[in-house]
Amino acid sequence: MKRLLPWIVPFGLLLAWQAASQTGLLADQIMPAPTAVAEAAWRVTRSGELVRDIWVSASRAFGGFAVGGGIGFALGMLNGLSGLSEKLTDSTLQMVRNIPHLALIPLVILWFGIGEEAKLFLVALGVFFPIYVNTLHGVRSVDRQLLEMGRAYGMSESAIFWRVVFPGALPSIFVGLRYGLGIMWLTLIVAETISASSGIGFMAMNAREFMMVDVVVVSILIYAALGKLADSVARLLERTCLSWNPVYAEL
Amino acid sequence: MNVSIQHQQRAAETRISSNGASVSLRGVTKSFGAQKVLHGIDLDIQAGQFVAIVGRSGCGKSTLLRLLAGLDQPTTGQLMIDGLSGGWRDHVRLMFQEPRLLPWQRVAANVDVGLSHAPSGPDRRRLAQEALDQVGLSGREQDWPAILSGGQRQRVALARALVSHPRILAFDEPLGALDALTRIEMQALIEQVWEDKGFTAIVVTHDVSEAVALADRILLLDAGRVEMDIAVDLPRPRRRGDPAAAAIEGRILDRLLGR
Repeated sequence: MKRLLPWIVPFGLLLAWQAASQTGLLADQIMPAPTAVAEAAWRVTRSGELVRDIWVSASRAFGGFAVGGGIGFALGMLNGLSGLSEKLTDSTLQMVRNIPHLALIPLVILWFGIGEEAKLFLVALGVFFPIYVNTLHGVRSVDRQLLEMGRAYGMSESAIFWRVVFPGALPSIFVGLRYGLGIMWLTLIVAETISASSGIGFMAMNAREFMMVDVVVVSILIYAALGKLADSVARLLERTCLSWNPVYAEL
Repeated sequence: MNVSIQHQQRAAETRISSNGASVSLRGVTKSFGAQKVLHGIDLDIQAGQFVAIVGRSGCGKSTLLRLLAGLDQPTTGQLMIDGLSGGWRDHVRLMFQEPRLLPWQRVAANVDVGLSHAPSGPDRRRLAQEALDQVGLSGREQDWPAILSGGQRQRVALARALVSHPRILAFDEPLGALDALTRIEMQALIEQVWEDKGFTAIVVTHDVSEAVALADRILLLDAGRVEMDIAVDLPRPRRRGDPAAAAIEGRILDRLLGR
């Protein structure tokens, strides 16, 4: 019974939505019934449109994530370990961080047109900062006492990195990772909605032009599902990598 | 009977010559900026001796220990171990007040940290296992440090210090954070491994009764100078509340408190 409890409200809402649609209280042009949305989902899945668009969107998202996250991680590590590098680059990066990356869309369209590069660039830029900031914070907050112990016990520089600094920074890096994944989907949705010729955002905008509200709702749900999926994978990784920490082991 | 005594004597001699290392300091000073913490210390510690350094906080005792462990360099003067002025860092191990275990490594891997200078191989696992046996923690190799008690963590730290068979083991208030009963257990454990291994032990402590219970020799440090150098010639294992020990403790406390 206790396990069912959290599901009562969502199911109730779903039923109320269905009932409102069937009695005509909720117009089809505003919000189609759940059954109509399910039918639309089945339709676009069967035509192969959905799988193709998910693939396009996901490869944009993770491509941008790999580029932005990789650079953010590398710079965060470098600036955390080297005072010179931090002095040289950190204040510049903090200044650039204050520019909302979505504000660059007009400029990015001028630079790259509406091709793949524009979306990749925006996602990479959006993902870069949370990963960078959290990696830097993680490296900086590694326990000084453990570093001193490592040196006193004759650990080499690379052993100190792999056995002390990196695992010590990992909880913070995961915070950045999960935050970055959120920004990744958000940026992609905006970029695909504004300008695209394929992808889930394109599917939604295309459907809007033909007043196919059910398909629009399907694409919104797909975005939500993809976001949830990415977050669950990150949490699973977190739990496996941080199982030494009682806080994560019990989640 | 006679043979066995001779055997023991020989064992004791080889123990001192092969395992412990002697320490000598000549005019060692240490300053941090304008602050002079150690004022020209001259000191000889015999190989295999158990030395306790006591003093008020800020007297320079931890600084002295950090010099011995190679974590800091003396500002002036010379520090020699077994007559050598360098290249001995791997023979000295330091135990801290906190266990300082890596929380993301299991117990066995934490002990393995003590073998960082050694080439990797199956030997390392066997050595780590042996060290854990010595401190009474066999069977806990695969535990995370987070689930151990404070005393168990400090025992893992002791195993990590012992695993490389150091010739000098330096302790910086190793029992300061433990409860009274665990302290007594740990003192007995430290005394026992010292007798087994024959390393030179140097313990910094602010607990004078602990110093008297463990050490062959007690140095009282005050304002960066050795103010007292007392030999504690009591049989081991020492019983708590022994009048001779109490007398020594009283002398040191009087000096510390300026009475």
